[in-house]
Amino acid sequence: MVAAFIGLVWWLVDNTVANLASQNVATGFGFLGNNTGFDINQKLIAYDETSSYQRLLLVGLLNTAIVSVLGILFATLIGFMVGLASLSDNWLVSKLAFIYVEIFRNLPLLIQILFWYVLLIEILPHPKKSFGLWEVFFLNNRGLYLPWFTTLPGGGYLLSVIGLFGAGCFYVARKARNMRELNGQTKAYVRNYILIGVICLGGYLSLWGVPFEANLPALKGFNFRGGLSFTPEFVALLVALSLYTSSFIAEIVRAGVLSVSKGQFEAAKALGLPSSVTMNKVIIPQALRVIIPPLTSQYLNLTKNSSLAAAIAYPELVSVFAGTALNQTGQAVEIIFITMSIYLFLSLLTSFLMNTYNARVALVEK
Amino acid sequence: MSGKHIIEISYLDKYFGDFHVLKNINLSVAAGEKIVICGPSGSGKSTLIRCINHLERHDGGDIIVDGVPLDDKVKNIDHIRSEVGMVFQQFNLFPHMTVLENCTLAPVWVKGIPRSEADALALQYLERVRIPDQADKYPGQLSGGQQQRVAIARSLCMQPRIMLFDEPTSALDPEMIKEVLEVMVDLAEQGMTMLCVTHEMGFARRVADRVIFMDEGEIIEENTPTAFFDNPQNERTKLFLSQIIGD
Repeated sequence: MVAAFIGLVWWLVDNTVANLASQNVATGFGFLGNNTGFDINQKLIAYDETSSYQRLLLVGLLNTAIVSVLGILFATLIGFMVGLASLSDNWLVSKLAFIYVEIFRNLPLLIQILFWYVLLIEILPHPKKSFGLWEVFFLNNRGLYLPWFTTLPGGGYLLSVIGLFGAGCFYVARKARNMRELNGQTKAYVRNYILIGVICLGGYLSLWGVPFEANLPALKGFNFRGGLSFTPEFVALLVALSLYTSSFIAEIVRAGVLSVSKGQFEAAKALGLPSSVTMNKVIIPQALRVIIPPLTSQYLNLTKNSSLAAAIAYPELVSVFAGTALNQTGQAVEIIFITMSIYLFLSLLTSFLMNTYNARVALVEK
Repeated sequence: MSGKHIIEISYLDKYFGDFHVLKNINLSVAAGEKIVICGPSGSGKSTLIRCINHLERHDGGDIIVDGVPLDDKVKNIDHIRSEVGMVFQQFNLFPHMTVLENCTLAPVWVKGIPRSEADALALQYLERVRIPDQADKYPGQLSGGQQQRVAIARSLCMQPRIMLFDEPTSALDPEMIKEVLEVMVDLAEQGMTMLCVTHEMGFARRVADRVIFMDEGEIIEENTPTAFFDNPQNERTKLFLSQIIGD
């Protein structure tokens, strides 16, 4: 049986290689070093038409990653809010949440992506007639432009200083919690957070000054240059993925909270626990064991659904690599193999992270 | 009514949709009084005590607990809940917390007392319900009787002046009923005001100052346990007693 299977695979591979060779199609991954010869409009790392396919792959992957990570973040936030809202005692709030869910989960995602895209490029004005706010924010059918900054020497340390600030806050928060448990002090430690912030900021400024200069978007030629810009493709995709997935997450959260027995709410009420403590300490910890596994599936779906962006030419992995690059090189087998491997890797990574988290929150009963 | 009553219920009405569960209930409970409420299933006895700590919202009439009127004001509801402890038929312990954590959650988060004090208090009450050695176990590891005693300790940790019991022994195996009732008798002897929905007639005879019989949302009869059991006045009471005693 096993031998037959190996034999079959061997025959398929051998046959493919032989056929490709007879048609003079080059095989192998050598093409990755060649120049792509085309530029793309959204890149998180340096890239131009003289860059290699390898570089293009990385650009596409990063574009997929950024829209997926942001999408997961927004979908989770909106999903939890809508999910909890649908359980609200307020008739209007719960009905609105219900309508939200039914609209966004029942329309095909591709249609939603196209809808937001068309909305953005049709409704918004040309660059010359952009919507402007205080002459630094601009919105037109080529994208959204925000003021940003350029890093001068020393600017690179900002991240480490922010990290230091985060660690300090974490320490204070833990200390505050311990103090609270030790002697019941309930006063906020806002003072301490501000102190840490001032120390970090002061230290940074005295060491490096202000190593940034403002980079404002300005109209040059036919469009805006400078600043931080988001293309309409990116915005449309992010909005569509976030809203679509959030409607599923809302239902998952609702189901999770409803899975906790009514007696738990009543016991918490009878003890006089405020509703925030009831949610955080009693209900959510029990709901999470029901929420996390399907939530993981939604994260995986969102990541894979980002490939639908090929329809609006957002330059993510499938669009630029399995699309343009494949057309140009004709290396279908290799490119599809690489693309599939990357999605598999991303999905397994997400699953692994979520399973680790799930193991941590799993209900300890015995 | 005089001020010595810790609970005053007057002209209480409650509906579930069109169903009139509680009809014009009047009941006053003195501090330290023990009341047993019995009656056939669906008579509204659980609903009555659930109204007292606002797990059910009443539709008409007044409930005054310890001088505070129970209305929709969150502050009043919170105050009353801090005075009133409740024990449920299904225990309703928090399964993801240890016994000790179950007992300290509310003292720490509602009253803001230090963890160490809350722990000490919890252990003291766990001792009183005779399970101090189970403090670090999870509810799922305990027997039903032990779980119900933890639930009683959890309520006591908030140091309430009134305890409500909603059929505390109905979900227990027969051999565990006694250990829970003993804890409740202890509590009664220490002077706690108690309202107890139960069909444990032995408990009622031993502890209750008054027994109240409810049927179809009304208080049909109330009397001292001896008079109630030995000489019931109303036909429905007689029928009910003959059914539960099973002649």
